[in-house]
Amino acid sequence: MTALHLAAGQNHPVSLTLNGRPRSAHAEPRMLLCDFLRHELQAYGVHVGCEHGVCGACTVLVDGRAVRSCTQYAVQADGTDIVSVEGLAEPGTLNELQRAFMDHHALQCGFCTPGILCSATHFLRRNPSPDEAQVRDMLSGHICRCTGYAAIVSAILDAASNLRKKGP
Amino acid sequence: MKPAPFDYYRPATISEAVGLLAELREDAAILAGGMTLGPMLNLRMVRPRAVIDISRIAALKGISATSNIVVTGAGVVQSDALDSAVVRHDIPLLSMALPWVGHFQTRNRGTLGGSVGHADPSAEIPLCLVVCGGSVVLQSKRRQRRVDAGKFFLGSLTTARRPDEMIIALEWPCPPADAGHAFEEIAQRHGDFAIAAAACQLRIDRSDRVTALSLGLGGVESRPIAVDVRGFIGRPRQGLASALAEHVAGSVAPMEDHSASADFRAALAKTLVERVVETATVDAMARRERMQ
Repeated sequence: MTALHLAAGQNHPVSLTLNGRPRSAHAEPRMLLCDFLRHELQAYGVHVGCEHGVCGACTVLVDGRAVRSCTQYAVQADGTDIVSVEGLAEPGTLNELQRAFMDHHALQCGFCTPGILCSATHFLRRNPSPDEAQVRDMLSGHICRCTGYAAIVSAILDAASNLRKKGP
Repeated sequence: MKPAPFDYYRPATISEAVGLLAELREDAAILAGGMTLGPMLNLRMVRPRAVIDISRIAALKGISATSNIVVTGAGVVQSDALDSAVVRHDIPLLSMALPWVGHFQTRNRGTLGGSVGHADPSAEIPLCLVVCGGSVVLQSKRRQRRVDAGKFFLGSLTTARRPDEMIIALEWPCPPADAGHAFEEIAQRHGDFAIAAAACQLRIDRSDRVTALSLGLGGVESRPIAVDVRGFIGRPRQGLASALAEHVAGSVAPMEDHSASADFRAALAKTLVERVVETATVDAMARRERMQ
């Protein structure tokens, strides 16, 4: 066995599942996963902010976990199952979390929102009954310059409570 | 920014990975979770000719325990370590420190070995490894060796790893059941780089004397340091925390950077040492009670 080798400067096929659909395109080894999702797979809901893992705007679910898509490379994601904000609810509809964001005015410009929605999705799956401190701890991995976070915290707590009422 | 072009290698096994390292040496960077290498590549602070992605090597992802040691594979993801019952039970200090490592989203991808290999002076996992008296297992094509954590971290982003070696595991000696632990840090906000961090592991006997003590500081000097505590073993627990705080304030040589002056770091070190020694003492007493 020899290790997989993908040469610099050349395009290589990358196949993955995006929002439930198998997708394939090409990427150079240095192409960031976030750029691949946007420019090659048209997932424009993946927002690119700082490009070094700090701001959280590019957060997506890779194999169910909320992770940055700017500090991994497209070629690394070959074979993974990715959910971006576009895949959280059926097109044209809002899920509980998204509805709570609307009800609580938890966004203004909306740049940070897709990443926060993806993070909160994974977070609420792990912890369906979070307290405020836990929500704030999870949110520390995102930067929002509009809201001051208060409305985001109440939206996530409200969504958690609604999801609990609905049951699994 | 975007990284400079690099060749991408994805070995499936440790032997494939060390084979590549033997060939590529300084030209290669080892990529695991990418929580530190990713930013450095994107900002072009490093421009390796090749990136060796070890994130799919299954043999690096195990956590195993024997009666006196826990071995964590270099590729264990931080959030998995945080969820591990073995870590919680047998490496309590690491369990306390992990919530301070980055954020929920970065812990979901960052690895234990990656943090140790990167050797940021403020990083929590290296500090814990030093305070626990652990070691780093390094593998090259020709041999395997163990380096004590205290000798592994040489300075900021500098370790004893040779260019043809990779970290394959970390070894954590299990503390005695009556040992108390504490971890504290100060950062601009939770999840940022620590300006100063302190960790402590100690034992108190029935006559309230300290019989074992390990104390370390992160973020203060260019590498995680173990405080020389030889003069404090056998002392009564009363007054121990403040005496150690004074001792540390007079012996550290803190860094100065944009986030804090040397004086401020010395003051933080003193405060944090007092807190961790007090908290670890309370923890040790509670554990002793429960064992009786």
